[in-house]
Order: sequence, then C-alpha cells, then structure tokens
Amino acid sequence: MEGLTLSDAEQKYYSDLFSYCDSESTKKVAAHGRVLELFRAAQLPSDVVHQIMELCGATRLGYFGRSQFYIALKLVAVAQSGFPLRVESINTVKDLPLPRFVASKNDQESRHAASYSSDSENQGSYSGVIPPPPGRGQVKKVSTSHDTVQPRTSADQQEPVSPVVSPQQSPPTSPHTWRKHSRHPSGGNSERPLAGPGPFWSPFGEAQSGSSSGDAVWSGHSPPPPQENWVSFADTPPTSTLLTMHPASVQDQTTVRTVASATTANEIRRQSSSYDDPWKITDEQRQYYVNQFKTIQPDLNGFIPGSAAKEFFTKSKLPILELSHIWELSDFDKDGALTLDEFCAAFHLVVARKNGYDLPEKLPESLMPKLIDLEDSADVGDQPGEVGYSGSPAEAPPSKSPSMPSLNQTWPELNQSSEQWETFSERSSSSQTLTQFDSNIAPADPDTAIVHPVPIRMTPSKIHMQEMELKRTGSDHTNPTSPLLVKTSDLSEENKINSSVKFASGNTVDGYSSSDSFTSDPEQIGNNVTRQRSHSGMSPDNTAPPPPPPRPQPSHSRSSSLDMNRTFSVTTGQQQAGVVAQPPAVPPRPQPSQAPGPVVHRPVDADGLITHTSTSPQQIPEQPNFADFSQFEVFAASNVNEEQDDEAEKHPEVLPVEKASDPASSLRVAKTDSKIEEKTAASAPANVSKGTTPLAPPPKPVRRRLKSEDELRPEVDEHTQKTGVLAAVLASQPSIPRSVGKDKKAIQASIRRNKETNTVLARLNSELQQQLKDVLEERISLEVQLEQLRPFSHL
Amino acid sequence: MEWFLVTSAAVILFLQNYPLYIRSVPTENELKFHYMVHTSLDVVDEKISAMGKALVDQRELYLGLLYPTEDYKVYGYVTNSKVKFVMVVDSSNTALRDNEIRSMFRKLHNSYTDVMCNPFYNPGDRIQSRAFDGMVTSMMIQVC
Repeated sequence: MEGLTLSDAEQKYYSDLFSYCDSESTKKVAAHGRVLELFRAAQLPSDVVHQIMELCGATRLGYFGRSQFYIALKLVAVAQSGFPLRVESINTVKDLPLPRFVASKNDQESRHAASYSSDSENQGSYSGVIPPPPGRGQVKKVSTSHDTVQPRTSADQQEPVSPVVSPQQSPPTSPHTWRKHSRHPSGGNSERPLAGPGPFWSPFGEAQSGSSSGDAVWSGHSPPPPQENWVSFADTPPTSTLLTMHPASVQDQTTVRTVASATTANEIRRQSSSYDDPWKITDEQRQYYVNQFKTIQPDLNGFIPGSAAKEFFTKSKLPILELSHIWELSDFDKDGALTLDEFCAAFHLVVARKNGYDLPEKLPESLMPKLIDLEDSADVGDQPGEVGYSGSPAEAPPSKSPSMPSLNQTWPELNQSSEQWETFSERSSSSQTLTQFDSNIAPADPDTAIVHPVPIRMTPSKIHMQEMELKRTGSDHTNPTSPLLVKTSDLSEENKINSSVKFASGNTVDGYSSSDSFTSDPEQIGNNVTRQRSHSGMSPDNTAPPPPPPRPQPSHSRSSSLDMNRTFSVTTGQQQAGVVAQPPAVPPRPQPSQAPGPVVHRPVDADGLITHTSTSPQQIPEQPNFADFSQFEVFAASNVNEEQDDEAEKHPEVLPVEKASDPASSLRVAKTDSKIEEKTAASAPANVSKGTTPLAPPPKPVRRRLKSEDELRPEVDEHTQKTGVLAAVLASQPSIPRSVGKDKKAIQASIRRNKETNTVLARLNSELQQQLKDVLEERISLEVQLEQLRPFSHL
Repeated sequence: MEWFLVTSAAVILFLQNYPLYIRSVPTENELKFHYMVHTSLDVVDEKISAMGKALVDQRELYLGLLYPTEDYKVYGYVTNSKVKFVMVVDSSNTALRDNEIRSMFRKLHNSYTDVMCNPFYNPGDRIQSRAFDGMVTSMMIQVC
C-alpha cells in the first residue's frame, strides 16, 4: 500500500471520521458497524466498498486501523470522483475532494466537512469529482452552521436531482440529504459553488455503471453542472458572456454570477478537467468555445489570425509565456492561425490552466483538432502525473484511443515527411511542425497531407515508343510520308537542318544532340507529339532512351508540336502531313527492329535507302537519336531530288550511324502515323516514304561521318552541313514560336526543343571551331612546306 | 541578427548579434562557448557579406564549418532574415557529417519558424518555447 499523503483538510476530515467511527477509541475500527455505515453513506456500490476495503487492507487485518481507514476514505473519494479504485490513485489523484458520505453523515461531520471544504478550497479542481452534488455541495459548501441549513431549502433548485438522492438513502439520511441539498445552493454563496460538473457526471455515470443508485443520482445531476464551470474565464467580458451564454440549467446562474471569478474558475476547472479525460471538452464547453470563435470569426471554417487570437487569449490574464505555450500546443499546423478545432483546444487549455491545471507538454489527444470527436471521445489526458484515470470512460476512450494513437502516429509520420518535403522545397515557415510537434498534428490544416507532386513522365517510355512504333507500323506509310510531304516546302531548310543535324549527329553520339538537331527540323514541321518531343529531349544520354521527341521536320517547333502540325495541316496540307508524320516516327526509335524496318524499307526502296534503313533497326537501340536524323536526312533527301543524292551519299556515310537513322526513321514513322491519325495526311506517302527514314538523324550521321571518314571530306561536308544545320536551325527558330503553346506541355516541349537546339548549335559551334583550328593547322603546315619548297624552287 | 549556437553542447540563437537563445549541454564552459560563438559571428558576417545578393539558396543558408580550432568546430547557418544559428561542437565527438549538421540546422530553422509563428512571441525576446527547448534538447542528446 502506498504511503498516503493527505492534505490538511483531508487529514482533519479523516481523523474526524475516524474518531467518529472509532467510537470505542480503540484506534481501530471494526469492519462493520459505523465504518460500513459510513461507506454505505458514501453512496458507493457495495462491490466498490468491498474493493475499497480490500485495498486498504482492512479485510486483511479484519479491522480498520487508522491508516487503513484513511486509505479507505481516500479510496472512497477516489471512487466517488469516478476514478478506478487503485492503490496508486490514492496519491495520484490530485485535488481529490473529500469523500462524501451522504447518508450517515451527521451534522458534526458535515460541519467538519464544511470547514474542511473551506480549507480545501485550494484543493482545486474538484473537477474530477463528480460525487453527487448534495454530498459535495454540502461537504464543501457547508460553511454555515447547521442552523443555516434550514433556509437553504430554496436551494433545491440548484440540485433538482438531489432529492432523488434522498429516497435512495436510508431514511435517516434523508434529512441529511435534504440538508445537503439545501446547503448546496448555498454553495452559491460560498466560494465554491458546487454545481457539480455535468460533464463529470456523465462520464462518472459511466464509471459507476455498476452502481445503480450512483448512476441515477449522478446522471441526474449532469445537467446542472455545466454552466458555471465555464464562466470562470477570468476575462470579465467573456465571463459575463459566459454567464449569459451558458445555456445549461440556469438555476445556478444567479448564484454563479455572484460568485467570484475564482470560484467559477474552480468550476470551470472542474468541468474542464473531467477525470475521465482531463482534457475532454464537453458539449457545453464546446458550444461555448464555438460561440466564442464566432465572435471572432463568423465563419466556422475559417481561421482566427494569430493577432486576434493573441488579443483574445491575453484577456484571460494568463502569463504570456503560458499563452505562448498554449499556442504552441494548439496551433497544430503551425500556420499562425487557429481553426475552430485549434481554437477550442486552445480555449480549453486556457480554461484548464486558469483552473490550476498544468499545461501538458503535448497536446492531449482529446484536444487534437479533427482527430477527435470532442463530444464523445474521452481519451485519457496526457497531463503528466495527473491522470486520474477513471475506468468509467474506458468505454468510450478505449474505443477511441486505439484510433487516436494510430491517427496520432500517422501525423508524426506525416510531419516527418512533410518536414522532409518542406525542407526539400526550401520550406515555408507555416505549419509543418515537421519535427517536433509532439505528434499534435493538426488535421485541421492537413498541410501534412500535401501530396507530393507526382512527376509526370513527359518523355515517352519504351512502352510508349513501342506504341508509337506500332502506330507507325500500323499506319500506312502515308503517315510517315506525310511529314515528308510537308517537308517539301521546307526541303531546303530541312536539308540544311539535316545536314546540320547530320553533322551534329556525326559529332555527337549521344542522343541528345541528335535529338536536338533533329527536333529543330520537326519543329518547323510541327510536332504534335509533344510528349515525344519532350521525351526525346530528355533522353539525351541513354543509349536506348525513349525516343527523342519526334522531330520529324526541322521546321517543327517543340512548343507547337501539335499546334504546328495543325497549323501546317491547315495551311499547308502536305507540310502538315509531313509534320504529322514526323513526330510519330520518333518515339519508336528504341524499338528499332521490326516496325521501322518495314516502314523504312518502303520509303527506302524508293531511294535505295533500304540498306541504310535496314541496318538502322539494329542500330536503333544504340542511337535512337541518330535514327531520327537519318530519317531526317532521308526525308530531306527525298524531298529534294538533288539532295536525295546527297542523302544517298550521306547514307553510306551515315551507315555507321545507321542505328540512329533507323530509330529516327521509325520514330518519324511513328510520329507521322500519330499525326496522320490526328490529321489527314494528304499526298504525303511519296514524300514520306522518301524522306522519313533518311531524314531521321541527318546531323548525327553527318557527324559520325566526320569522325569516321576522311578528315577533309567530312570537314567539307561538315561545313556544309553545319552551315546547313545552322541555317536550318536558325530558320526553324522563327517558326518555332509560331505555336501559341496552348498547353503547358507544348510550351515546355518547345522550351526543351529550343534548349536542345541551343545545345546543338553550341555543339556545332564548338565543332566548327575545332575544325577551324584543324584547318588552320593544316594551312600552317602547308605553308611551312611551301616555304620549305620555295627556296628550292627559287634555287 | 539573431544567432543561434549549438554546441556539442550548446545552441545559441542570435538576433542582431544579440543572443536569442542559448543552450549548451555541458553547462560548464558555457562562457567559453559564448566566447567562441561571438568570435565566430565575425566569420559569419564575413561569409554573409561575401555571399552578397542571393541569400535565398538553402546552401547559402548553411555556412558550413566556420572554423575548426582547438578541440571544437563551429558551424554556422543564417536565415533569410539574418538570423544566425551557430553551432559549436566538440571535435572529440565523432566528427559529425556535414549532412547531419545540415539537417540539424534545418530542424532548428523549422522550430524557429514555428516559434515565430506564435503570436505571443515577440521577435527579439528570448525564446522560451518549450517545444523549441525540447527539440534542441533532443538534438543535442543526439549529438553528444
């Protein structure tokens, strides 16, 4: 048995009771007789009484020694407060009111109790104690002598239910109860009007489910209590409003109003700290809080800004530090504003604090916004050391607590994630308690529920490319040809672009550059497959990356991919067709094999590019970008007869780069296919057939050629091509902006394309520089040779 | 400019070179930590002025190791509002990785913003938030 610590009042009271029971002055009280009577008077169910007796050891000893008696009395108080009977609760339950013994109490005891009550005012929150009001009221409030009891009959109002008690009491006690009732109203006069907190009663009723009488009594008492308890918000205006607002039984309101704020504070404290869940907000309280919220912010779904809340809570006259702490606890989402739930939690904490409760370190579960149904949940408060955990609420709380903890757990996780997310994003100071907020995460503003932006894959995946390829293959070659047809008008441009592209591709193996240059072509044509474009743009480095954005035609601009195509189709049917055809061709690039092959073959046949294209499939995986360029080349070539020859020439050169070409061609075909699906491809077939494949990666093959071929020839070609490419690219630029870029994607695609073009141009520039240097070196060497020879010649 | 010091040990938050928050785990030598921190403030100022314009970048917020001397290292961090966080850690501690220091500063920054969000907190007051204290304590326990 734990050591029992009693307050002075308790000590006195207990000793009096003990002496009362210990009529024989033997320092020990028989288990039966007066003690039993006393316990019965406590209005506890018999099993509780037995439990108490067991706990205090009387059963062991067979009698009540002084210590046992005291313990028993304390346990009675505990039980009356609604707490589960436990050994620990003797000392853990703070501010336990004196045990009330209704029936057997005699005047003397009552007087004592009264005197104690005055002393025990400091005991503060009788909050947890829900003992029947009569008992409590009497005990506490009996400040007057017994004589004054009589006039208190009028107080019956206050305890309408109290009469109920009397019948349940043994007849002799009825006068007591009556007296108590009458005294009770006097509570209004006394400092501590006891109205018996309703909220406590209800939970207490639950607790005492076993005790029929208790239930009846207490449940009956539930109504009256609530009111005053709130009132004590020390702020004068609110107090008055509280008083006025407070619905409840108006009975005590008059008395309440007369009561000093401190008293009301006690009541409020009592109410707010229901032992069932010290932090549970009762209906009345919640209603009050909501009303207060409305005075500040009419919209219940809105926020109270921090400044307004600060003013409001400052009126409570709590120290700023505590208010600050309350704020920290209640502003769940750390946004500097209070939602309704947060406000209620803050208000509740303020009320509790004013009633003398220490602020918890973390927000009690019952106060967490939106996580709790404040009306009916009764999670055990987190208040450290104050847990007068009562078994009664167990019914409700247990059901909630499992869910609550889980919810709370999720919040910390969310917090953590949000923290990471926030820090990742350079963090906004708002909300996002992130780390440390005591798992008090405000669902009110589920910032933590922020959905991590899901990146949308802009670049076509292989699957997409396959689809594109299928599309391509599926569609007639007319599709591929359409872009080619479209290109007819841009042949020169394309050629240049092709050349440039080829050059680029020749020099730069990675798909990116090729795609860049490639895209420049398609851009002019108008690529409706932004995805493809972006995709290609994004896959510079992979060997078998998703096909570069379909850049069927040099003129096609990224942004306008779709738009361009459309516009082209509208304006120049062929061109558009070609454009349309082009983009589809790009994606399937990674899928070199079948689709591009046959498709390519067809156009190839026309130009004898079969070989070129046939090989391309194999190479596609490696150099998808090249495929585009080769296609581009082919396309350009096909469109321009003269250039076709060039293309033919280039093709052998491109052969090394075939793989690029093939994918490009495939891509182009795909593009064209898709485009054709969207738009009608006019007489594209011929052109498309011609140009698709070769056109694909013109620049790349060119570049490759440079590397693999003779230096001079490639240089020359490079130069021409580069210039061509440059011209094409430059030419394509103006056309790029054509598209309005309705979509964001289109804009982004166009941006990407532009960037790629820039990159291509930069590369070209560097290559040209390099070539220039080489040429200069050669020149120098030649000059030196000449010099060396000259003297001889002279000689 | 507030400054904030954390040592292996101590955390000091400075505002306008006036300490807003000081916390050190080994409470002894606190003055020594103060001294170190004050000297390191000069380094912080130097870095800030060097950075010049763009102070928005998170990386720039983290100043890194200001200077290692003797048996302690000083790390600095500055916020956009010129609030300086200074952390002093003993070198005897298993050398904290840079990332850890960064994360600690991030947490400090987050907690600091939470404190600022509190309408009851007047900027310039010493920080007395319990949540903040708790966070710092947990962090320092981690470090030590």
